[in-house]
Amino acid sequence: MGRSWQYIVGFATVVCLICSVVVAGSAVALKEKQEANKVLDRQKKVLNVAGLLAEDAQVSADEVGKLFKKHVRARIVDLKTDMLDPKVNAETYEEKKLLSDPARHDLVKGKPAGIKKVPNKAMLYEVVMGKDVEMLVLPIRGKGLWGEMKGYLALGADTRTIRGITYYQHVETPGLGGEVDNSKWKAQWPGKLAYDDTWVPTLEVVKGRASGAFQIDGLSGATITSRSVGAQVRFWLGEQAFGPFLKNYREGKVKS
Amino acid sequence: MSKNREVLLDPLFNNNPISLQVLGICSALAVTTKLETSVVMSLAVIAVMVLSNMSVSLIRNMIPASIRIIVQLTIIASLVIVTDQVLKAYVFDVSKQLSVFVGLIITNCIVMGRAEAFAMQNSPVASAIDGFGNGLGYSLVLIFVGFFRELFGSGKLMGIEVLPLTSDGGWYTPNGLMVLAPGAFFLIGIFIWINRAWKPEQIEEN
Repeated sequence: MGRSWQYIVGFATVVCLICSVVVAGSAVALKEKQEANKVLDRQKKVLNVAGLLAEDAQVSADEVGKLFKKHVRARIVDLKTDMLDPKVNAETYEEKKLLSDPARHDLVKGKPAGIKKVPNKAMLYEVVMGKDVEMLVLPIRGKGLWGEMKGYLALGADTRTIRGITYYQHVETPGLGGEVDNSKWKAQWPGKLAYDDTWVPTLEVVKGRASGAFQIDGLSGATITSRSVGAQVRFWLGEQAFGPFLKNYREGKVKS
Repeated sequence: MSKNREVLLDPLFNNNPISLQVLGICSALAVTTKLETSVVMSLAVIAVMVLSNMSVSLIRNMIPASIRIIVQLTIIASLVIVTDQVLKAYVFDVSKQLSVFVGLIITNCIVMGRAEAFAMQNSPVASAIDGFGNGLGYSLVLIFVGFFRELFGSGKLMGIEVLPLTSDGGWYTPNGLMVLAPGAFFLIGIFIWINRAWKPEQIEEN
């Protein structure tokens, strides 16, 4: 049975309208909850990497929030002056915005681990125990085998001893590169040294048996992912990223 | 009532969308490395199928034949986006693992296949039951595959250790094939084999 073209156009319009209302409605209604989930996930990961919260711990969102508030302070680092920048509000800081504005990021020379841009200001976390800053949690990212990996690296207050690593976002092959999430693998990181005696980032993720304080056992079957993780750590601790800031920090030039 | 029963149970073994019609294989490979993701994906597909079959059936007499496919697709796509939003809001961790595959339910041939083949000719209730049955048939295979892949690939079920791995001082060496896509092909093959050995009428003549 044929229908007039007016009916067809009208019908299509009505269907589209109804569908868009449903989609937009659900997106708006659930947005708050989704954002809360994201924030909670980040907070959990920071607590995980600092060793303040076990990864398989069943804790409520409230407890995570309390623990985070008690022990963690977000800080903005100006990577141009290599000092803290108290003027930027850490709550509203969004790296994404800096990376899409050419005036607010630098291009990376050599693109190690596929990293193309470094923002002029970056957020890191201070982990406070009592009064003292016990650890610094730095954001790290880079290209793995399939796509971007994003995570955190925790350094002791000496800025040299690694306290932990974790990824909160990656698309590596489950069972192979995806084993960066394996707690047994992550357990070998704490205690390793990120810098050698002359403060050059030296840590490597190697194939086979790792030996010494500067090597981490690679993930079997995931050479590219392993290599990238090592390169990411060296890059973010290096000259083009947090390196100079960490130097200032350990020399006591950074006022908090 | 017996017709509804048939509509519901037929897609499980007699006319399973994956093992007989061989539809929806792509997501069956991608999300089944763990049982948990398989279960959540199954629920998402069931929800989308029931709702899409029902909505298409409700307006089946009004849809102009010339644009019916795109109308079905619009409805399905909207439902999938809503499902994705709900997953992100309530099971954030799992939705992170499922990533793009929830969105890819839109292109899952089972969903549109049922909308076009069944919901366009039948009442909303029968269509909802058909959607549920086919969703179950899909889930059955997904959970079968997810169960064996997680068990043999990482020695766990729902993230709980079942077979102690050699790397943790146990005795089981995980089968690397299971965590890769070809492992899912073998398992689906085995499922089809068992299914057809039990119901020989499904074997094609050649």
